[in-house]
Order: sequence, then structure tokens, then C-alpha cells
Amino acid sequence: MNSDKPLHRKPWAAGLVVFFGLVLSGGGYATATNVVETEFGSAEQVSEGRKLFLANCASCHGTNGEGAIGGPSLIGVGAASVDFQVGTGRMPGQASGPQLYKKPVQFTEEQILAMAAYVASLAPGPALPDPEFLRTDGDVEHGGELFRINCAMCHNAVGAGGALTEGKFAPALDGVTEKHIYEAMVTGPQNMPVFNDANLTPEDKKDIISYLKYVENNPSVGGFALGSVGPVAEGLFVWIFGLGFIIAISVWLGAKAN
Amino acid sequence: MTSQVQEPKTAVGKTANYFDERLGLGGFTKFFARKVFPDHWSFMLGEVAMWSFVVVIITGTWLTFFYQPSMAHTYYDGSYAPLKGAEMTVAYASSLDISFDIRGGLIMRQMHHWGALIFVAAVGLHMLRVFFTGAFRKPRELNWVVGFLLFIMAMAAGFTGYSLPDDLLSGNGLRIIDGMIKGIPLIGPAISSGLFGGEFPGTEVIARLYALHIMIVPAIMIVLIGIHLMMLVIHKHTHYSGPGRTDQNVVGYPLMPVYVAKAGGFFFLVFGVIAGIAALFTINPIWNYGPYDPSPVSAGTQPDWYIGWLDGALRLAPSNWDVSVFGYMLPFGVLIPLVVSLVFLALVAAYPFIEKWVTKDDREHHVLDRPRNAPTRTAIGAAGVMFYAVLWAGASTDLIAIYFQMSLNHVLVAMQILLLIGPVIAYWVTKRACLSLQRKDREIVLHGRETGRVVRLPHGEYIEVHEPLDKYELWKLVDFKDYEPIMPRPNEKGKITVAARLRSALSRIYFEDRIAPVSKAEYELAHSEHPQEIAAEEAKPRRKTKAKEISK
Amino acid sequence: MSEVEKSYSPGLATNIEKAIQDPGVEPHRLRMTDKSEKHAKNAERQVAFMFLLSIVGAIIAVWGFFAFPISGGDLSATRNNSLWMGLGMSLSLLGIGFGAVHWAKTLMPDNEITEERHLARSSDENRAAAVEIIKLADGESGFTRRKLIRRTMYGALAFLPIPAVVIFGDLGPVVGDTLKRTMWKAGTRLAKDPTGIPIKASEVTVGSVFHVIPEGLAELTEHKLEEKAKAAVLLVRVNPGVLNEAPEKAGWSYDGIVAYSKICTHVGCPVALYEQHTHHLLCPCHQSTFDLADHCKVVFGPAARPLPQLPIAVDAEGYLIAQSDFLEPVGPTFWDMRK
Repeated sequence: MNSDKPLHRKPWAAGLVVFFGLVLSGGGYATATNVVETEFGSAEQVSEGRKLFLANCASCHGTNGEGAIGGPSLIGVGAASVDFQVGTGRMPGQASGPQLYKKPVQFTEEQILAMAAYVASLAPGPALPDPEFLRTDGDVEHGGELFRINCAMCHNAVGAGGALTEGKFAPALDGVTEKHIYEAMVTGPQNMPVFNDANLTPEDKKDIISYLKYVENNPSVGGFALGSVGPVAEGLFVWIFGLGFIIAISVWLGAKAN
Repeated sequence: MTSQVQEPKTAVGKTANYFDERLGLGGFTKFFARKVFPDHWSFMLGEVAMWSFVVVIITGTWLTFFYQPSMAHTYYDGSYAPLKGAEMTVAYASSLDISFDIRGGLIMRQMHHWGALIFVAAVGLHMLRVFFTGAFRKPRELNWVVGFLLFIMAMAAGFTGYSLPDDLLSGNGLRIIDGMIKGIPLIGPAISSGLFGGEFPGTEVIARLYALHIMIVPAIMIVLIGIHLMMLVIHKHTHYSGPGRTDQNVVGYPLMPVYVAKAGGFFFLVFGVIAGIAALFTINPIWNYGPYDPSPVSAGTQPDWYIGWLDGALRLAPSNWDVSVFGYMLPFGVLIPLVVSLVFLALVAAYPFIEKWVTKDDREHHVLDRPRNAPTRTAIGAAGVMFYAVLWAGASTDLIAIYFQMSLNHVLVAMQILLLIGPVIAYWVTKRACLSLQRKDREIVLHGRETGRVVRLPHGEYIEVHEPLDKYELWKLVDFKDYEPIMPRPNEKGKITVAARLRSALSRIYFEDRIAPVSKAEYELAHSEHPQEIAAEEAKPRRKTKAKEISK
Repeated sequence: MSEVEKSYSPGLATNIEKAIQDPGVEPHRLRMTDKSEKHAKNAERQVAFMFLLSIVGAIIAVWGFFAFPISGGDLSATRNNSLWMGLGMSLSLLGIGFGAVHWAKTLMPDNEITEERHLARSSDENRAAAVEIIKLADGESGFTRRKLIRRTMYGALAFLPIPAVVIFGDLGPVVGDTLKRTMWKAGTRLAKDPTGIPIKASEVTVGSVFHVIPEGLAELTEHKLEEKAKAAVLLVRVNPGVLNEAPEKAGWSYDGIVAYSKICTHVGCPVALYEQHTHHLLCPCHQSTFDLADHCKVVFGPAARPLPQLPIAVDAEGYLIAQSDFLEPVGPTFWDMRK
């Protein structure tokens, strides 16, 4: 057998992952029910995180998070980065390609926090967001303006997503949790630039989140939004359904009655 | 002559008498009321365009009562929370008020915009119908040109209206127009300054576009529609080939009452469909885009569909095409798409004259061609449609890349290649398909339709019975005109001119591959070859025979 | 109509000897409503039903107008208003339309009738008469004979439109050099868009992108958008190692921080899509792609010139400032930009 294959490519790896996943998540649930909230960054949590890291991440990111052929260094990326990447299911990565896709999340909240704590312990980096700034009662007007200036060019004016070069894309933002939006801004995942607190203050970020949630939670006043992607969808709709319907009527009109 | 003037007795009669004595409407009614219109769904496309134009005029007039074409600054104070307090122009604020705070405003705005999209689409489809059936031939060439101008004006009306809400999307659209204008050598910057009243975006352009949008462009369109319809009355409508339909008559239903009911009813149907779409589907949610600001832009910044092909032309130009001539810059990346688009439009406008020049056919044509019976024209049309469609799709490269999970760059390069070879492929495939369909028609005329019924003749031979066509069906398949290519001939001075050579070459391209309609002699020959037994089988009514076979 | 056939050349059209003959219009087929009174009665009821539906639709539309009073901030009222008025109007229109067409199709006669066509050209007599009239008018007015009058009239008509064009002269000012300069000048601080807060070099961390306007732009009361349309800048910090800088531009950046015009050199869209790891800037309008680490030269798409770079430095308080205005015009190419 080819021993230089990365661990996760081996045929039995999937089975092993499932097995450990089940054991760990089962264990996770068991502990979650009777253990009081551990403090973030406690020695215990860090060591738990390190174990998870070694089992699931080290093959690409190196045994000490220093990076390897498969993945970049995680030193200094901060807890927010881990929480975003693992919490949205992008990590652990599956196939190589221009960009990582969202997938079903592989770990429990507790495990993600443990890994985040471990990575945060390697070097200082963006921390997990303060829940204070994840509320959606911010200034939606200011948030909308900031979103248009800083985000809409890639993510579209209402966060419907957009294309980048060479197969990369800016994903749609509806359904993304407040925390993950915040973390993406602070950490700049993949090709997204970083918006640090000097650029967009935590208040600004809260306003942006509030705007996105407003758009997500309010009805499209005009009716079905056709994906909110603008005139192309409208043009296709007119040609296929608008004219299609009118032509169907014309055919009926021009046909002889029985 | 002593004539007895009949005194009207009923109320209707009295009213009619009142107007006739003053306006002479009797003659008018006599002339118009029984005018004949042939019935076919494809003849309704022009009507869809006309009626949606009326819908757009009606809804647009309503909108003018509430819209304010001013670029003065204001702060929004309406219902839409994410813009409350935002700095914006009065034009944008009033568009938002129409959308949110004036009852019926949103539905009228959406009807206006959906109606406009349907209008231009119907104009385009109507043009394609006219093209592919050869309805532009003499005497209708001038009406084709009028229709072409209407198509251009429809795009102009659409574009001027698209910009009026002064939102981020349309503002970036205007900025693209400004960038293209500035690229025109010598006069570009001056034209831009004239359009915007100084530097982009200025404070003038909305009011100017508004004047164009609600007055000048619609006025020109109404005049052109008047001319278009007047010519329709002069020429009478074309009809599809069929029994009894000739170049000397028109077969169909009278205006009164059938066509008044159908066409009048059709107005309500088009209006109703537009209203239904507008009630259920959002169009141009300007509140999403925010006020115009030169710094932001949204992903998926595209024009409405009818300008899409021009935007696509801009996207598909190769990189690094600026050329410096004596220190003056020529941005070919902008100029060539512009020139190519104009040449394309010029060819569309000139097509009837080109075809006429090649065929030299001076006769009037009122019976339409089936597209397959004019293979080269149909192929040219398919190539043109392909060219337009690739440019059009080129305007949505980013969305194609996302939705089909491809690389934006690959999509764009594929479009560039397709723009060059797509029309050639479309031409070739269409021409071959038309010729094959013509061959099939010939086969059916000569040997009837295959029935799939195999019978054994008394002497043991097995044949498949072909069902002959009745004379009406037959006529549809043989009634078409057929042309032959010519050799270049010397003129009076004995010289073969370049024009003669060109015409001869074009005539070869057009008519070298051709399938002639079946003549009577061929038809009779094919049928006389039939042995008696087969003819007898064919003569049997089909259904009965089938029943018999089953019962056996 | 044999004279018609003769009068026009068929051109390249072939003439088929003994073509198959036109059988004439096919016989009329009766509809069910023609044959059976019951069907006719049914059709009549259907038409009437559709007209009644139309009335219902009109009522729904009016109800929709009054039933959902728009009160500040409640978007569902706007939605319902638009939905019910639209559906109501649609029903009332479709009811009339379907009713009328159904009526025409089932109950009005469906015999096709034939009308003769006539050539578009006028008869020879009319043509001759028209020519006579024109000649008479020409003689009476002396249009052909009096050359002096005719030619001066042509001249007058040629000059007439000139004032009509000239009068539009003030549509816009003479361009001048406004396209070649922006609000940036030596010492102008780089500020955040839209707030106008100046930016310190230390705030621009690696991988960050700042959307920048000149300090003071946010406070402008006149020509704010015009200035912003030229002065918008994108500020990015990359690892100094990846930055490829020409010797003459070496002093234009500050510790890996570079500032480039945000206005596309193609047709002027804001080029704002920055990819942190590839250092590419993408224009969302026409997909021109610029390499920020290599002088923003065009690597893909229809643009032709690199985005102009704004030379920057840091002032005594640590704020980023411009060294000067852009050294070339920003935005789309125009013919005399290098003059």
C-alpha cells in the first residue's frame, strides 16, 4: 500500500473518521449535558483542543500548526478563524479546488471551541467576537452604507453572492450566523480581505450584521425576488415565462375553436 | 338625382348621423370595418409589442405624477428602514416613496418595468418573425426600416428610463456609458460634458434623461408606430402560404367584429399578464442598491436585458487594446465593440435591400416563406441570432460562472471563441437542416406520409403503405418560390463589373444548394408508377383498415 | 392580374413549367357552437362568467388599495397593497380579455373571407396626373427656372440648423483639464469612505483593504460626487516581499501599503474586488483584472491601462498622506489624456 498518501486519503480513513466522529460527538454530548461551561482558553480546554487538532488538522497544518504542504500556518490566525472555518464546515477541507465550500459541520460546538482555544494559544490573533456586537439592533442605515462600500462589490448589494477570478466566488450571506459574519470580517477567510477594528469598528460590524439580518428577515416587498441577482434574472424571466405565457395565449387565440 | 335622405330613428342611429354629417365617418367605417386580417399566433407578436407599449405609456404617465427628476440632495425619510436618513438625490427619494409610501406605487412601478422588458422582447421576436418569414420583401422594405427604428427607440426608451431612479445600479450603468463616450476620439470628452452638464455625475443628467424618456423618445415612437400601422393598412397583412392564399389576395377574418374582439381582447390579456407578473415578482428592487455613489458597486452589475448585448460586447474585447497615435489615445477595447455593434445594427437595417439586390426579384410578395424554403436567409438569421445571443450571454459571464461553478475567466474566453465560431456553426447547421426539411417535404409530396402499415400484396410483395396528402396539405408543401444563381454577365460595354461579380457570387452563396418545389409532372410521374394494388391500398380509409386488422 | 405578373421582373426566380395548381380555399368547417344550440349557450355562459370575474377582480383591486394602509416601516403593508392590487387588476383585465376572445372564437362567425390586394404603385393615369401637377407647380413657382432663388434657398436651409445646434452649446462646460486632476494633493490625508476619518499607517494590517477618500471630501457641499468619482482610492497592505516595484515608483508605497485609483481604466466602474492571496483586483462590471502586486497592470479582461497609483507617505502623526495628485488621469481612456 502506498504509504506516502496523506492519512485522510487512505481507504479506511473515512470509516475511521466516522468512528471517531461518533465516539467524540457522543462523548461531547455526554460531557455537554453535565459539565458546566468551561472558561475559554483554560488549560484543560487547550489540551483537549490539541488532541482534536492532532487527530483532525495536523496532517495539513503541521503538528504544531506551523503549516505544511496541504495547508497554511495557523500561528496567529486566532480563535475567530478556527471558529469560522470549522464552524461553517469549510474545515476540515475536502477536495482541493479554487475555494473551500460550506459543508455540514463536522464537530460539536464544544470541540470547535476547544480547537479554537488551542490555536489561539499558539500566538495572539483575532479573538472570538463579543456577543455584544452580534446583536441585530444596530443602525441598519449605517450598516447598509458600509456594506455597499466595503462588501457589496463581491457579495452583491443584498448579500446574494458574486463571482471572483478563476473559479473563486464570494458566497451568499443569507443564513450565515451573526457570529460567522463577524468572524469572516475580522479574519478574512481565504481570499476575502481583512477588515480589522480600525477599518470597521466593532460597532460598524454590528451595524453591517444588523443590515444583513434586516434584509434577510423582511419580506421582499415586490414579490418573489428571483435570487436578488439583478437584471439578468429579470431578463431571463421575461423571455421564458413572460413571453412564454403571452405566446401560449396567442396560440390559443389564433387556434380555431372546435 | 333625387335621393331620399333616411332619417335616423334610434338613439344609436341619431348619434351616428350626428358624427357622419360632420366628419363623414361612414366612408371610413366602410373602408375599415371589413378589412381582413389573417389569423396566426406569430402575427400577434407585433400586437404584443404595441399593447405592452400602451401599458407602459399608461403606467408611466401615472408614475410621472409622483416622480421628481431632480438631483438635488435630500435625506430620506420614508418607510424603508435601511435607508432612513441616508443622503440621496430627490429623484431616488421620490422613486423610493413611489415604491413604499404611495399606495399602488410599487405595483405601477413594477408593471411599468416588466411591461418595458416585455415590450422590447416582443419587438425583438416580432422582428425575428418578420425576418424568418420574408415579410420584409417588396413592398414592405420601408416598413422594415421603420420597425428597425422602433427597435432602436425601444432600447433608447428603456435605457433612459433605467437610469431615472438614480440608484447605485443604474448610476454605475450611466458611468459605463460615460466611460464609453469619453473613449470616442476628438469629441468624446465634450459629449460627456454636454450630457452630464460638466463632470460625471453632475446634477443635470437625470432631468435630461427624463425629458428624453417621457417626451422625446415616446413622441418619436408614437409617430413611428403610426407610420408602421399606416403602412400595414396600405400593404394589407401578409399571410402564410395555404390553399387559396396568393400574392393577390388576403384571407382571414374581418376587422368587425372578429378582429376587434380578438385584438381588443388581446390588449386586456397582455395588460393582465403584465399586472399578474408585477403582482408576484419583484423587478429592479432599487431599495436594495442604495443611492448612487461613485465609490461602491454591487456584484452582478448588469443592464436590463436589451442593453445586455452591448455590455457583453464590452466584456468580450481582448485586453490591452489602447493604441497611441501621435500621443493621442484610441481605446480600441471600447471603440471596436462600439463599431461592431453599429455594423451589426446596420446590417439588420439593410438586409431587405441586400436580399433584393441579390435576387433582383421586383415582384410584390404577400405570401410568407416557410423558413425552410429560404435556407440561406434562415441560416443568415440563425447566424445573426447566434452572434447576438453570445454577446448577450457575455453580459452575464459572472452569473454563469457562479451558477455553473466554472471559472469566470474560462467562461469569458469561451464566449470570445464562441462569438467568432458560433455564427459560422449556426449558419451551416441551419442551412443543412433547412435543405433536409425541404427534401423531406418533397418526399412527402411525392410519396405521401409513412403510415407504418405494412401489407402483403396478392403476388407476395410486402410494402409499407404511404398515405397520400389531400390537395390542401399538398399545396402548402409545394407553394414556394425558388431562385437560381446567375453567372456574372458583361454590361453594355462588354465589361464584367465588380458589382456583377459580387452579385453573382452572392447569388451562388444564396441559391447554389436549392431544392425546387415539386412540379405537376413530377407529382404525376411518382403517382403513375404506383401499381394498381398499392393505389388501392392507399385509397382505403386508414382507420377502417386498422380496425379490420385488429379484428383478424 | 396577368398585367401584374408582366409588369415586374421575377429576377432570379425560376419558373416551374406546369406547377401544381392552387386548390382554392378549403371548405369551412362547422364548430360545435355552430352545430348545437346547447354548446352555443354554454359558450355564452362562459363568456359572461369571465366578464363577471373581471368585476370581482376590479373589486379586489379597490379593496387592496384601502385594506392595507401604509404606516411607517411596515413593509408587509406595502407588500400586500402591491400584491392584491396587482392580482385584482390582473384578474379584471384577464377576465375581459379571455371573455372577449372566447366570444370571438366561439360565437362570432369563423368563416374566413378573402379580400383582393392591389399593387402598391398607383395607376398609370394617376402617376401621369401627379407628374403633371408637379410640373405645373414647378412652372408656376419657377422653382427650376429661377436658379438664384433655388440656390439661395438651399443655402438658407443649410445654415438654418446651425444655430439650432449652437444653442445647445451650454449643455456642459468646456472640458479643460478637469479630467486630468483630482482632489488629491501633497499632504492630503487618506480617509475612510464614507466617514472621512483619517487612516494611520499602523491601522492597515496585512491583508486589509480600505476604501479611501481624500480627507475633506466628506465635508464638501458642492461637487462631492464629482470629486469622489475621480478621487476614490483603494488602500491595501501586502507583505513587502511580494510587492514588485519599479525603481522610479519605489518611494510611492509605505512598508507594503499601496494606494491605487479605484476607477477602472476601461469604462470607469469602481474596481473593488480585492483578493487577498492572489493580490488581484477584479472589476465586477466587465471583469478586467489588475495585479496589485505588480503596478496594477492588466492581467485579464478588456481594460488596457494599469490603474494609476497614488504616491503615499506618512506624516509626523503617523497618518497616511498623499505625496501628490495622481501622475496620470484616472478612469477611462480619452483621446487627449496624454497631452
